[in-house]
Amino acid sequence: MSQARKERWIAFLTLLPSIILLAIFVYGFIGWTLRVSLSAWDGITPDYTWVGLTNFNHLFTKAGGVSAVRFRIDLWNTLFFTIFFLLGCVMVGLILAILLDQKIRGEGVFRTIYLFPMALSFVVTGVVWQWIFAPGTPSRPRGINALLGLFGLEQLQWRWYTSTESIGPFHVALIPVIIAAAWQMTGYTMAMYLAGLRGIPEELREAARVDGASESYIYRRIILPMLRPITLSALIVLGHISLKIFDLIYTMTGKGPGFVTDVPGIFMFETTFQGNHYAQGAAISIIMLVMVAAVVIPYLVSSLRGEVER
Amino acid sequence: MRVKRSLLILVILALVGVFALSACSAPATPTQEPPPPQEEKPTPPPAEEAMQGEKELEIFSWWTAGGEADGLNAMFEIFKKKYPDVEIVNATVAGGAGSNAKAVLATRMQSGNPPDSFQVHAGHELIDTWVVADKMEPVTDIFKENGWLDVFPKDLIDIISYEGEIWTVPVNIHRSNVLWYNKDIFEKNGLEPPKNLDEFFTVADALKAAGVTPLALGDNGVWADNHLFESILLGVMGPEKYKGLWTGETDWKGPEVKQALEIFAKMMDYVNEDHSALSWDQAAQMVIDGDAAMNIMGDWVAGYYTSLDLEPGKDYGWTPSPGTDGVFLMLSDSFGLPKGAPHPVNARRWLEVCGSKEGQDAFNPLKGSIPARTDGDRELYNSYLQAAMDAFASNPIVPSFTHGAAASEGWVTGISDAMSLFVADLNVDEAQNNLYQACVNAGVCSE
Repeated sequence: MSQARKERWIAFLTLLPSIILLAIFVYGFIGWTLRVSLSAWDGITPDYTWVGLTNFNHLFTKAGGVSAVRFRIDLWNTLFFTIFFLLGCVMVGLILAILLDQKIRGEGVFRTIYLFPMALSFVVTGVVWQWIFAPGTPSRPRGINALLGLFGLEQLQWRWYTSTESIGPFHVALIPVIIAAAWQMTGYTMAMYLAGLRGIPEELREAARVDGASESYIYRRIILPMLRPITLSALIVLGHISLKIFDLIYTMTGKGPGFVTDVPGIFMFETTFQGNHYAQGAAISIIMLVMVAAVVIPYLVSSLRGEVER
Repeated sequence: MRVKRSLLILVILALVGVFALSACSAPATPTQEPPPPQEEKPTPPPAEEAMQGEKELEIFSWWTAGGEADGLNAMFEIFKKKYPDVEIVNATVAGGAGSNAKAVLATRMQSGNPPDSFQVHAGHELIDTWVVADKMEPVTDIFKENGWLDVFPKDLIDIISYEGEIWTVPVNIHRSNVLWYNKDIFEKNGLEPPKNLDEFFTVADALKAAGVTPLALGDNGVWADNHLFESILLGVMGPEKYKGLWTGETDWKGPEVKQALEIFAKMMDYVNEDHSALSWDQAAQMVIDGDAAMNIMGDWVAGYYTSLDLEPGKDYGWTPSPGTDGVFLMLSDSFGLPKGAPHPVNARRWLEVCGSKEGQDAFNPLKGSIPARTDGDRELYNSYLQAAMDAFASNPIVPSFTHGAAASEGWVTGISDAMSLFVADLNVDEAQNNLYQACVNAGVCSE
């Protein structure tokens, strides 16, 4: 009894420094940001006058004018970016992992090649893809358009991220940004899936084969269901990256004409540090936090519950 | 079970942290606010004793590369010659026309850790952000002691003054309203550079018919749209009404603003299709490469061309942007004196170097701009800059809003957002209303 209690205290004391740091630098600052978002702080001098939800109101109602328009576009952009980014990473990552799992020669080389983009910072990726997708003009194509012209594929040339077209609320200018982001993070899902595939015992496949199951049936009914936990954690990790994406888009396209590639992160940065609207910027941050929390907290709860049951 | 309890502890601790912090953050303001009045008085009197004590000078800027950094170092050399015992700390933050640096500066100023002097766009960017927040010391006495009131143009003094005091020392002047053009293309097509906006469209039509992109635009990041728009505004309404836009005297809902927006929309038919993928220097390069005939951009383009070994008047031509001949639309980098600067005596010495003829003539030829004084040594500057010096000395001077001289940073952000929507949909009425709202939000227009 006392031994157990002692151990618990030691464990607690060991954790204490990081708990205190977390409490101050994460949760404390979240609380402070929330406080600022409810204040009238506009300009350099802090002003903690309580204004309730005015700043949030400005983001969602007509009272905000251009801010509300911009924020609505931002939310749509975030939604589409997240959906297509996750789909791209998961699907391409899975295909690559399955291909690599076929015991091909030089697997190590391919694995490294696919993983390598992850070693780059989003800022580097952003700058490089900005050059690649810079469209040029029809008479003087650049980047990828020049490449397409070289292969006689002129009909595939378009304005890429400079396009202001949209399909419903989906701005097509997001496509190059999604490609760049997926290019960078696909290696990550591939590595996760590859580890998952290696974790599935060979006996299971053998048994299925003995029972007369075809290869595609084995993948559909045995392998993919067993990879589900990996898909879930990949979605959580990538999902929180995409909901608060900033650096890639900031360096690649910025907000774009008509906010075609704008996201809340860029809006927050410009509002706070270029416009000095601190309370308004804090309100945007809080909404971003809520969006990420909506993804991460259910996952944490379910995985904690799983641990308790175990 | 155990997991649950430790989770509970964690949550409780987190909440305690939240309250502890919000509790100390709230009173933090009062404790931060009072010092200024106390510091205000002590600084001037003990200046004499402090002279011996101060061994350091920290200068904050975003001049990290190229001619700008060389120019800054040239001013440092002058300072070092005069005060060899002082060590200069060159605090620079790279990137984004200062937007990153401004974020760092804001953090330092708010936490009560200002540099001795920092770079800031002269005018409202300085006044509405820092002076109104009571973070700056006036520098009027430095101007008076050095007789600068006679050598800096009066229009410029007005732009850097607020409530009867001068707040900053401008080190350079850039001209915003310049049209750069490719001389060969104009000669080949028998065209003259346009003097007003009507001529601009005549010329542009002729160029388009000849298969040349008339106007190069590089508005990645949208500020170049603001830049083009301010030249159009000035061309449409002239200097007095343009100045009135920033004081609330000219109506943002009036016919001139509408006309300017219509002209902007019409110009979009004549620009390169990939404008939003390009930066300003890539657009300037298009003119040199013959891919476009004209470009409206500030005279840092001349500095860019000089870095390519191009000669003004020979390899490229320039003229005031259409309809703005005889007006100097200016922006200026300047250095100010923050309250609570750790080395105020050295900071004042630094500002004296910044405003001196020697300092300005060392800095500006390298940076590719003209001195803010009207008595610069002409021999040091190329023919474009000499022409700009003449215009600066004789023309009425009006402030650029894109570059912080005419409007607060919050207002410019509002205009940027309006222009970002406008450049995509070219809806004039909506844009005019958004611009008016930006003015209302800035507290200058009343509803």
